[in-house]
Amino acid sequence: MASPAPLSTAHATSADARLALAEQLLTCDAAQDCARAVVEWLVVHAPAPAVACLTRDEPGGRLGCLASAGLSEAQHVALTEGPDADTEHPLAEVLTQAVPCFFPPERALIPIPGTGGLFAVPLGREGASPVGLLLIWVNGPTLPSEVAWVAAHAGPYLAKQVTSGPLGLGGGALFRHIIDAVTDPVLLTDLDGRLRLANARAESLLVASPDASDGRKRAVHLNQRVFTTAVASTARGPVPGVSWREIPLVDPSEGLDLLFELVGTRVYAPDGREAMVSVLRNVTDLGRATQALGESYRRLRATEREARSERHRLDRVLDSVADPIILSSPSGGAVMMNEPAEKLFTSSTEGGRAAQRRVRSNDAVFSSFLANLLDTGGGPRWRAQLNLVDPTSGGTRPMEAVATKVLGDGGELTGIVTLFQDRGEAMEKARLLERLKEVSTLLEARVQVATAELAEQNEKLRRQAIQLEQASAAKSQFLANMSHEFRTPLNAILGYTNMLLQGVSGELTPIQRRNLTRIDSNGRHLLEVINEILDITRIEAGRMPLHLSDFGIPELLQEVMAEMDPIIVRSKLAVSTHLGAKLPQVHSDRQKMKQVVLNLLSNALKFTHEGSVRVSAECATPSSLLTISVTDTGIGIDPAYQEKIFEDFQQVDSSPTRAYGGTGLGLSICRRLADMLGGRVTLQSIPGQGSTFTLHFPRRPRRT
Amino acid sequence: MTNPSPNLQPLVLVVDDYDDAREMYAEYLEYSGFRVAQARNGQEALDQAFALVPDIILMDLSLPVIDGWEATRQLKKDDRTRTIPVVALTGHALTGQSDEARGAGCDSFVTKPCLPDELVTEVRNLLAQRAVAATR
Repeated sequence: MASPAPLSTAHATSADARLALAEQLLTCDAAQDCARAVVEWLVVHAPAPAVACLTRDEPGGRLGCLASAGLSEAQHVALTEGPDADTEHPLAEVLTQAVPCFFPPERALIPIPGTGGLFAVPLGREGASPVGLLLIWVNGPTLPSEVAWVAAHAGPYLAKQVTSGPLGLGGGALFRHIIDAVTDPVLLTDLDGRLRLANARAESLLVASPDASDGRKRAVHLNQRVFTTAVASTARGPVPGVSWREIPLVDPSEGLDLLFELVGTRVYAPDGREAMVSVLRNVTDLGRATQALGESYRRLRATEREARSERHRLDRVLDSVADPIILSSPSGGAVMMNEPAEKLFTSSTEGGRAAQRRVRSNDAVFSSFLANLLDTGGGPRWRAQLNLVDPTSGGTRPMEAVATKVLGDGGELTGIVTLFQDRGEAMEKARLLERLKEVSTLLEARVQVATAELAEQNEKLRRQAIQLEQASAAKSQFLANMSHEFRTPLNAILGYTNMLLQGVSGELTPIQRRNLTRIDSNGRHLLEVINEILDITRIEAGRMPLHLSDFGIPELLQEVMAEMDPIIVRSKLAVSTHLGAKLPQVHSDRQKMKQVVLNLLSNALKFTHEGSVRVSAECATPSSLLTISVTDTGIGIDPAYQEKIFEDFQQVDSSPTRAYGGTGLGLSICRRLADMLGGRVTLQSIPGQGSTFTLHFPRRPRRT
Repeated sequence: MTNPSPNLQPLVLVVDDYDDAREMYAEYLEYSGFRVAQARNGQEALDQAFALVPDIILMDLSLPVIDGWEATRQLKKDDRTRTIPVVALTGHALTGQSDEARGAGCDSFVTKPCLPDELVTEVRNLLAQRAVAATR
């Protein structure tokens, strides 16, 4: 912005003259030289009657005259005394506005006769506030083109040298070079952080030219605030001297976060005021490096921990192996051994001298074994039978040792792993196995014998079963035959008795009649017995099949009562029949059911002397069993006999002199017949009070 | 085939190898007013039956030479004797014998022991049935 445009090159002096000035400016080390060269060149080439170059060492500071031409001594001094920055000097305005300004003769600060006025041209780096003014007295209000060129060209040089300020006086340019060469930002500020001097690096962080981008301005503004605050707080610190603190700044061009270490030193400026020299050291990378280092360290620790746990685990694994394991160095020394190996190869203190001697013996055996391996050289494995000794007990421990060479990446021997296997245990196992086999063989033989015996027994049983079956069949046949053989003579006995009683052979005397009647009665009893035996035989031989038919219980009972009527009449007992409601038709063997009821009723009549006999048929529910009960008020049956009377030939009184007749087969037959009908006969009785026999049966037998 | 003379009592052929039983029945039948012929085995029974053509035959089944079943079968095969009622008598009461007897052609089946008066009753019943059948 400091370019005093538009600058025309129409009346350009020769390019050579300009080149010469440029070269001269390049060689200038100080602002003063620079100013003088410019002034002298302009006097010649502008041309102008008078030229002066004024600069100020800081923005808002005093203007001082560096060089002048065409001015009297007094005029020069007046300029040097210069306009004060505080006063509202017209030149100060030019500096503020930063555009060339024409002062007519009457307003010119130092009027020079014959001139048409004064031009004040701001000097400085483009984008930064002007550091000085070029005063040139001209003839008219037209800025000579050479002046514009010089201002644009010399401005940056001058600015560079002037910002060195008072320090730059005499060797300032060198100083400037030096601090610009420092890559760390270096600044001189007052104690409030106001910038007085900054090297190039510091400027890049903390100075923004007015035409800089908004982003850069914002960044610089931010940086300035941070920096100012830091410096101010450092300056307020109790101890004058060097102080460190870290400040975060923003890289205005890249927008990256940077971390600086601020080293502040309080100094006295040449003007006697206290100032602060701040050196910023970029520690951004250092921070990152520290972080990385921390990370590496942490990883290292983790790796180390892992390695340690790996080693620990390996130890545990090795110790958990019941077989001894030894890791030896190539020279044969033990590097590591697991617990079982320690028991063999290290002597415990309590073991005593005997144990130590045994350990030494084991060591010797093992060393010789390893030596063998190392000597053979070729094979990676070596196997041998070692006779070791248990250090504690002194017992022999025959071991098979297998040594394996551990080779490094280059194939060099790095160690030897030896595994021991207790052969003693294996031998013991083999012995036990042998014994087990023997016992097993023995057992097998015994089992075979037992099996053979069992088979024999089975065969015997089978034969016995057949024999039994045959015997049973023979028994049935025998009984059938016997009954026939009994019947034939009995037929004659009963027949002739019958004839005699009928008087076929003439009239009988009462005694003859009585005796014949006894023969008849006994004959009939014998026949009854034979018939009942035959019945049982037929049932047991399966020769009494069921003849199923549908019939009603009431009719059946009526028939039974009718058949028994003669006996009932003779007995003089009150015999009654009771039929339950809803008696269903039944599908069963009528003949067998009738035989059972007849038998039960006949028994009741036989064993009841007075009172009543009651026959009742019931059916509780359609699904339940039907019952036909015969209840009497007879002699009753002792509980001890209540089971027994259902057995063959059993009566309560089985003595030859018993009071009641009968075969003792009636109830036995009843039980068998009830079973055939799918039912059963039960008894409830109290001696002296009477009995109730009940036939329970289903509406239809399950088996048909 | 019935006895042509109405004054003559019916002739009963009693077949049984057991003398006491045969003679007992014969005696009682005669006492009851029948004419009686006797045979001791199956062959005699056949000879007598063909020769005499009795009104009814009482046939014991367990007989020597020719048993009662076989004799009955032959009687029932022969035109001369086919219509004569045969009453089987047996001491074997096991099931099946009565069926077998009927299969052989027996008209009735009586299990021994059978009292003489009961047997006579059976004979009278059968003869009465036959008389009724003949008059039809």
